Amino acid sequence: MRDVAIISLGQTDHARRRNDVNDVEMLMPVLADAMAGANITKDRVDFVCSGSSDYLAGQGFSFVTTLDAFGPWPPISESHVDMDGAWALYEAWVKMQSGHADISLIYAYGKSSPGEIRRVMTRQLDPYYTGPLWADPVSLAALQARAGLEAGAFTEEQMAEVVAASRRNAKANPHAQLSGDAEAVALLDEDYFVSPLHKHDCPPITDGAACVIIAAGDVARELCERPAWIRGFDHRIEPNALGVRDLTTSVSARQAAEKAGVAAGGVDVAEIHAPFSHQELILRESLGLGADVSVNPSGGALAANPIMAAGLIRLGEAAARITGGEADRAIGHATSGVCLQQNLVCVLEGE
Amino acid sequence: MGKQRVAIVGIGQTHHTAVRGDVSIAGLVREAAQRALDDAQMTWSDIDAVVIGKAPDFFEGVMMPELYLADALGAVGKPMFRVHTAGSVGGSTAIVAQDLVAAGIHERVLTVAFEKQSESEAMWALSMKIPFQPPMHAGAGGYFAPHIRGYMQRSGAPDHIGILVALKDRLNALKNPYAHLHEHDITFDSVKDSMMLWDPIRYSETCPSSDGACALVITNEKGGDAAAAAGRPPAWVKGTAFRSEPTMFAGRDQVNPVGGTECARDVYAQAGITNPRQEIDVVEMYVPFSWFEPMWLENLLFAEEGQGWKMVEEGATQMDGDLPVNCSGGVLSSNPIGASGMLRFGEAAMQVRGQAGEHQIDGARTALGHAYGGGSQFFAMWIVGADKPES
Repeated sequence: MRDVAIISLGQTDHARRRNDVNDVEMLMPVLADAMAGANITKDRVDFVCSGSSDYLAGQGFSFVTTLDAFGPWPPISESHVDMDGAWALYEAWVKMQSGHADISLIYAYGKSSPGEIRRVMTRQLDPYYTGPLWADPVSLAALQARAGLEAGAFTEEQMAEVVAASRRNAKANPHAQLSGDAEAVALLDEDYFVSPLHKHDCPPITDGAACVIIAAGDVARELCERPAWIRGFDHRIEPNALGVRDLTTSVSARQAAEKAGVAAGGVDVAEIHAPFSHQELILRESLGLGADVSVNPSGGALAANPIMAAGLIRLGEAAARITGGEADRAIGHATSGVCLQQNLVCVLEGE
Repeated sequence: MGKQRVAIVGIGQTHHTAVRGDVSIAGLVREAAQRALDDAQMTWSDIDAVVIGKAPDFFEGVMMPELYLADALGAVGKPMFRVHTAGSVGGSTAIVAQDLVAAGIHERVLTVAFEKQSESEAMWALSMKIPFQPPMHAGAGGYFAPHIRGYMQRSGAPDHIGILVALKDRLNALKNPYAHLHEHDITFDSVKDSMMLWDPIRYSETCPSSDGACALVITNEKGGDAAAAAGRPPAWVKGTAFRSEPTMFAGRDQVNPVGGTECARDVYAQAGITNPRQEIDVVEMYVPFSWFEPMWLENLLFAEEGQGWKMVEEGATQMDGDLPVNCSGGVLSSNPIGASGMLRFGEAAMQVRGQAGEHQIDGARTALGHAYGGGSQFFAMWIVGADKPES
């Protein structure tokens, strides 16, 4: 494969509600930060790809106007996915494999605050059978957590430890929405939100955006002292219907990790897109990560969960550990759909 | 690793119609996909990855419907990818699928595009109020009518040009068993006398609202060679391109968008085409309102600016003309929105494979598939040929 590297990440200071900006205004400084981090101006960008959902924006073709955040004039080569921005990065990486582009800019954004996000996300279900039941993602995640607890796959204490570690790690992340010195024991004393989930086991509701720059070969070396080279990249999907899946594990995450070659070397850092605490435990196991791996130094999706951008941020944060010299080999992961239905794995290495 | 050659070896579509009440969305897409697999003489297990596209999720009221369609499209345990680039999406989706093969990542990719317009109301989905922009509440026709009026004023084209295009496409549709509209009694006068919807767009110069899907099986060179050896000639991809430009921008020419012409120049250059009118045998062009045929003839460099309507009037774009356009009946005869772009790409491939049946152009070797979307600011195109490209 052609050598392509993540060289820069920009993101918002994630917040519960950003009424002060529209989507374009939210994105513009993020794109500017990412381009500044890569020492480029927009005229050097060969391909643009974005990820967003009309169901968050509340309007059809919402991505059409948010393209103004880049300013596509003169006309640009551009594409869009109704998926998390991690998949937009995948499309750009594929495009660069056939030599069509040397530098790509990927962005993703989502405001969860304007609508009732738990009701909105129910529209991801089968429209004829489960959709009309309005089963929301928190309730379905609770089913998954209950299945895991009863199967002995993990304990409530472990779930609380995941949250405590996320809050602790997020203290060093200026973009995080939630951080602090929570003790697992104290967390377990809190009331259930949707049993067995406490509110802290669930992701915060977040408005936010992110932008990642990737570049090929010598262009990446020119623009970045230590590019985070993409050495493996894969994504897999499972059925939507929960009844045909084993919710205590993640088959598609395991498949993607195998195809991406996670086990081909040691892993220093993993940024896992686990919106719910128990999902990090499921994913650690399915991705084959040992106890020595530093997981979610950014705090992960429990610290900030801008839907549509949260997966892209995981890839960008994993790469940042390499470009910053703290890690030699890192894993970025993204998920989509109900109860980890679809999973993407990106293996990143320093030179 | 360089770029790999790419072939289309399977094409399937549904019979497009106003309401497919007999199938779910899953049933609809599976029908097109199964036909493409049958055409490719493959089964579901032969497929490495699935790429799906459709227009806004509001059109059916399902958020990211690919999640629900994973098992219906045989994607479980495989990569499944969802593209959305406005009305050009069917074309963009095919390009993303072919990129996966061109990059050498997969050998056999199934790509599917669909719309089931009967499950919701596209006019409503297109008319939601966007903050800080003037409300349109007019659907696509109301948006595009001023562009057409602008074209008529600039070019001096007479009023009947749009009628000629509509009549041609609807007559061509009679030769396409999959087309939504089969209007056996259509005449010049019946189009002319149909209701004026958005002046100058008449009812009969407007695309229908359709339920439908289209699917393609895309393979690498080995797959293309194998199909050819088995007597099922593939269509070879000779060039692909996307272009996008801003929606609201004073410097933008909405009648003859720069992005469309740059996209065409890019795709022609990749295919080694210097004189598109001479070197391209047949065109499947995205024409949802009749007047867009002369407008795109100019935008795609088949005619000088202001001269496209003369090609229509002379009959150059008829099936027996020198540049047949939309032999399938085009978007004017079937419009499952998300699939309409892929139908253009697929019909172009059918022509160079010689499998277009009654609407086949004899000896077609090179074809253009064209799609556009948004307010004429998103473009996707490919050139396909009967002959394997040199590189």
